[in-house]
Amino acid sequence: MKIVVLMKQVPDTWGERTLDVTTGLSDRAATDAVIDEIGERALEVALTHRDAVKGTEVVVVSMGPASVTAALRKGLSMGADSAIHVLDDGLVGADAWLTSKVLAAVVARSGADVVVAGNESTDGRGGVVPAMIAEHLGLPHLSFLNDVTLTPGEVSGSRSTDTGTLQAHAALPAVISITEGLPEARFPNFKGIMTAKKKPLEVLSLADLGLAAASTVAGNGRSVVVSTVQRPARTAGTKTIDEGNAGVELAEFLVAGRLI
Amino acid sequence: MTHVLALIDLSPSGEISNTAPGLLAAAAALGTPVAVTVTAPGVGSVLGGQLGALGAEIVFAAESEQLGSVLIAPQIEALAAAVAAYPSSAILVSNTSDGRDIAGRLAVRLNAGLVIDAVAVRQADDSSILATHSVFGGAYIVESTVTGGLAVVTVRPGAIDDRATPATATVATATISVDAARFAAIDSIADTAVESSRPELRDASIIVSGGRGLGSKENFVLVEQLADALGAAVGASRAAVDAGYIAQTAQVGQTGITVSPNLYIALGISGAIQHRAGMQTAKTIVAINKDADAPIFDVADFGIVGDVFKVVPQLIDAINARAK
Ligand SMILES: Cc1cc2nc3c(=O)[nH]c(=O)nc-3n(C[C@H](O)[C@H](O)[C@H](O)COP(=O)(O)OP(=O)(O)OC[C@H]3O[C@@H](n4cnc5c(N)ncnc54)[C@H](O)[C@@H]3O)c2cc1C
Ligand SMILES: Nc1ncnc2c1ncn2[C@@H]1O[C@H](COP(=O)(O)O)[C@@H](O)[C@H]1O
Repeated sequence: MKIVVLMKQVPDTWGERTLDVTTGLSDRAATDAVIDEIGERALEVALTHRDAVKGTEVVVVSMGPASVTAALRKGLSMGADSAIHVLDDGLVGADAWLTSKVLAAVVARSGADVVVAGNESTDGRGGVVPAMIAEHLGLPHLSFLNDVTLTPGEVSGSRSTDTGTLQAHAALPAVISITEGLPEARFPNFKGIMTAKKKPLEVLSLADLGLAAASTVAGNGRSVVVSTVQRPARTAGTKTIDEGNAGVELAEFLVAGRLI
Repeated sequence: MTHVLALIDLSPSGEISNTAPGLLAAAAALGTPVAVTVTAPGVGSVLGGQLGALGAEIVFAAESEQLGSVLIAPQIEALAAAVAAYPSSAILVSNTSDGRDIAGRLAVRLNAGLVIDAVAVRQADDSSILATHSVFGGAYIVESTVTGGLAVVTVRPGAIDDRATPATATVATATISVDAARFAAIDSIADTAVESSRPELRDASIIVSGGRGLGSKENFVLVEQLADALGAAVGASRAAVDAGYIAQTAQVGQTGITVSPNLYIALGISGAIQHRAGMQTAKTIVAINKDADAPIFDVADFGIVGDVFKVVPQLIDAINARAK
């Protein structure tokens, strides 16, 4: 079975993430770029399956600027067999439509049986790219899965709904996305880091994927940012050390502020 | 005026979700609101009165045998049929897991622009649609628009407080069938939502959240006791969820729910940046933590350096004494 794992590189959530207020784009220079944690968990799903089932091949795919190479190398050192990096100046500021179109082209070319993605990225928080890829390819998708079972012809799992949970399955090939309910990823070990350097990492442009210039592959309607404003940061208020009466003081604060 | 479709969320038993009033208000602000419902055959038209009261001028009641067996496809097909019947400038759906799946696939299918997680929508002078987003935990306010065509917009549940003027809705029914091979199949649905007297997290005006500092699932009851004394919803940090003190649906933060209540009380929560990303736009923040250097105090209006097991019972007593 061939598993394609989609990993996005994002600004580290541990840093102070900023938007460029003139372009509305994420300021990539302001914070460290890391693989989104959910993308690492997605890779873990694929690697766990490969550990259990001989003959499984795992390909990590990422679309983004040159710095994405480091993220893909990390994926290879964790155990992926090969990597694909989509790199093209025409993709700067790509929206979900364009991103999904490009990733769908990579998936089609790879002949994947299953595509594993994160449920949502920590920068965009869109949570739509996996379903859009499935629609481009006319494939079934199962998103926001809290657990995953992969068999040769089928993927199944459960997902949370507004009112409970739901169990569903889809025939392969299919696209899935997973939540934090799935385990954290393994760390790369020394052997992994050494062998990662020799594993194939292919770099593809839009033309390599048979896609025309970015502006023509997007949908008719495109979403564009028209303004970006930074909110003033919050400031600390009073801090008291409990001397045995803080609960009563807090009640008084809440009453005085008409909060209760 | 052009039509604007709003996909109404329905519970498995067919009740209108509390996201409907906000969605219909948003639709009314942009055009003639058309409520789209998807139900089992025979029951679609009964919601006309209720949806009219919420502002819908037209109810497109789609009925499908496949609802409950094919995942999200009946809703996509219903919206595609509705937009063909009522040419529209926008399609609004809730920014839930189902809603995002529906919006994403529909935007590809209709070649439409996709706007995700709007907290407000309005019409610009040139009649294009402007959506407001709260980005990076509310650190930025971004406005976006769709150029050149239909917009599919997901709206954050609980974000829109406006209500539309009640209308008398015209009901149109349609029968929907889908190509099951292109979608996932539902095996079972477990409705675990216990009838809780507590408000829902995403639009509660007071939230009491607990973190790893509570120490155990048994001790986490303290968070619930304070919430009940205040009529509040219960939230949690990811560490509390990971430790099994409470269900994932209660998680507030970067990868949980983003909340913006009047009052947020953080108990035994350190205030990691990813937690703050989900609650820092609350009007008033109160924190109780025994570590004076915990970062939660940087955003708290009222911080208490103390033990939750001493401060909270005293607080509950004070609140209850006042109520008498
Ligand atoms: C990609 C990513 C996404 C994340 N998403 C989220 C998210 O959505 N939400 C989220 O919350 N976190 C998220 N996190 C995790 C986050 O980084 C923190 O690990 C988490 O918020 C810590 O939870 P906590 O404050 O409960 O635990 P801790 O950091 O362990 O803090 C516990 C606190 O309790 C205090 N305490 C202990 N005992 C007592 C007592 N008796 N009385 C008073 N205080 C006491 C301690 O002083 C301490 O400050 C994410 C992390 C990553 C990398
Ligand atoms: N540029 C990208 N490169 C690779 N995968 C991506 C990219 N953008 C989104 N994805 C995948 O889609 C998931 C959801 O992303 P999003 O819809 O942007 O929230 C991510 O967790 C990734 O698995």
